[in-house]
Amino acid sequence: MSHDVEARTRSKHEYEYARKRANQGMRNQVTVFAIMIFLTFIAFAAVQAGMSAYLVAPLILLFAAVQVALQLYYFMHWSEKGHGMAQFFMYSAAFIAFTMILAFVTIIWW
Amino acid sequence: MSSTAKKKGFGATIWDYLTTVDHKKIAILYLIAGTFFFVVGGIEAMLIRIQLAKPDNDFVSAGLFNEIITMHGTTMIFLAAMPLLFAFMNAAVPLQIGARDVAFPFLNSLGFWLFLFGGIFLNLSWFLGGAPDAGWTSYASLSLASPGHGIDFYALGLQISGAGTLIAGINFLVTIINMRAPGMTYMRMPLFTWTTFVASALILFAFPPLTVGLFFMIFDRMFDANFFDHINGGNTVIWEHLFWIFGHPEVYILVLPAFGLFSEIFATFARKRLFGYSSMVFATILIGFLGFMVWAHHMFTVGLGPTANAIFAVATMAIAVPTGMKVFNWLLTIWGGNIKVTTPMLYALGFIPSFVAGGVTGVMQASAPLDYQLHDSYFIVAHFHYVIVGGIVLALFASAHYYWPLMFNQMLNETLGKITFVFFFIGFHCTFFVQHFLGLMGMPRRVFTFMGGQGWDQFNLISTVGAFLMAIGVILLVVNVIITAIKNEPAGRDPWKDGRTLEWAIPQPVPYYNFKQTPLVRGLDTFWIEKMEGNKEGMTYAEPISDIHMPNNSFIPFMISLGLFVAAFGALYHQDTDKTWSIPVLIIGLAITFASMITRSLKDDLGYHIHKEELMNEKGGKH
Repeated sequence: MSHDVEARTRSKHEYEYARKRANQGMRNQVTVFAIMIFLTFIAFAAVQAGMSAYLVAPLILLFAAVQVALQLYYFMHWSEKGHGMAQFFMYSAAFIAFTMILAFVTIIWW
Repeated sequence: MSSTAKKKGFGATIWDYLTTVDHKKIAILYLIAGTFFFVVGGIEAMLIRIQLAKPDNDFVSAGLFNEIITMHGTTMIFLAAMPLLFAFMNAAVPLQIGARDVAFPFLNSLGFWLFLFGGIFLNLSWFLGGAPDAGWTSYASLSLASPGHGIDFYALGLQISGAGTLIAGINFLVTIINMRAPGMTYMRMPLFTWTTFVASALILFAFPPLTVGLFFMIFDRMFDANFFDHINGGNTVIWEHLFWIFGHPEVYILVLPAFGLFSEIFATFARKRLFGYSSMVFATILIGFLGFMVWAHHMFTVGLGPTANAIFAVATMAIAVPTGMKVFNWLLTIWGGNIKVTTPMLYALGFIPSFVAGGVTGVMQASAPLDYQLHDSYFIVAHFHYVIVGGIVLALFASAHYYWPLMFNQMLNETLGKITFVFFFIGFHCTFFVQHFLGLMGMPRRVFTFMGGQGWDQFNLISTVGAFLMAIGVILLVVNVIITAIKNEPAGRDPWKDGRTLEWAIPQPVPYYNFKQTPLVRGLDTFWIEKMEGNKEGMTYAEPISDIHMPNNSFIPFMISLGLFVAAFGALYHQDTDKTWSIPVLIIGLAITFASMITRSLKDDLGYHIHKEELMNEKGGKH
């Protein structure tokens, strides 16, 4: 340890607060997990029901985007404090990658 | 374990540097290696200028000339400018933010050795059948057709050294996000730290496209893949896009830290707080973003279509806005300041007009219709040398003087420094100013000779004379370094007397643990605040003296890099059917690398502690 060890115990209120937050976090994760399973189910069902590809393809892409967002915000904890820098870099990277892909599909000639 | 004071033998010193994970020593390694490659690239530049001194010259052959220009560009960008900037980043950034080292000292060392072995590999091409000859941009159709192994040396060498750069960039990002001292908020970070941060982010986003492009190139040349071969369904333009998606941000990776260094120098020697600090930070970030939106301005003549050309032209011109903000902020920092014209300040004052000249020609080229005239002419050569020499090299020379006392506890001779500046600055303008006119007169770049009587003779001769003046400047700087090293007079703490940021608050020579106690940062220009309040210690402390955890030295980074270096030879000679040893060499090389990595993973290396008692006894902390 770089510092002299400081023994510290959590007070009763701190303990209860931490416990409450952990419970809340767990509940969020389970809820989000259920939503994601449900979205996946709808996607499969839409394909199975033989709907028009013009409906199914955008639907699946939309669900994919939602799932990525849920993944990042709940399973990777972006919804909590202290993840601002990670968010900033991920959004920047997505933006730059989007520009690249847009350019590649529009201005590269063969 | 410790000590700075102990006199070591020569072998022990070499071993210390081979295994060091200390950011201050890695800075010195970067400085030495970068200077070596700078001299190599400089000699190549002199050969170019000698060849072009008069019409119909036959000093070097056409093929050799192509190799020289390719290696000049590649060496100067990847092996000289970037490592030299990394030298100053390593030397100053951890100290500026009040950290004891970078976040990953082991990776810091790995980054250096990867860069060095990649650079050596690239330059060995001179002795092993010819250097790359397709220009530093190595456009795919030309480079795929290039005979011999030159381009393979280029692709493999840059791949290895690029990995080192990527590692170094990530390391600085994590360091600056996580290792700041208490009170060092983002908006209190010195501008060199800020520009290092943004440049590292650019490295993070810009180097992967280069890596992908280089792998495509390697596959195309070695395994007959067809990424860039249009006959087999590939597309040569993809290389250009990948290269410039990397290549344009690369310009900002180089120039942003240079801006940061000059911002420090202006504030220090105008003895004034940097004017418009927050707008400087904003401009730096904005330049970083816009840097990714403009790469196609290198490709206006490829035939992207008028819409794409117009979009990229406007985006390019937009970069002039944040850059202009910076220039005005520097001018207003000097305005009304109590100016001291030291050698670094002289370089900084010379930088503003030089860089603005380079920027203005850049905006000219941003106009796509005009670029059709200027493309591939000497106007382009003049433009990017004004930006790179007038911006980055002047920054490197200025910081060499400015940070020399921080790195070596010695002061470079000021008079000789000013003479160096005069030679270099006049030589620089003499070399490149006339090249604008050569370009407008129609002289194409990358020609190995030209016919007399086209009005180009005199300007080319002037340009060559200028190159020799620059060479004299560089030699004077080397002489200055040698004289200073022999004199060996300790410079002491805050040798410029006007230091504003934390790196100057540390006693000299800097203890190997940097800060005995982590400082508490109470505002922008931390050290200045403490000095103005009459604090003799130079720092307010955020913690009592306690044990310091230090990383152990390690030889593993060297071995990992060496393995890749060996493996690269195997990969390179794999195409030659007569060289049956290539596959074993490839396997042995990769085995060395992976064995080293496994050793690192499995062997616990928890570092050691400097104990409180030892810190209290040691005299290093007193000045």
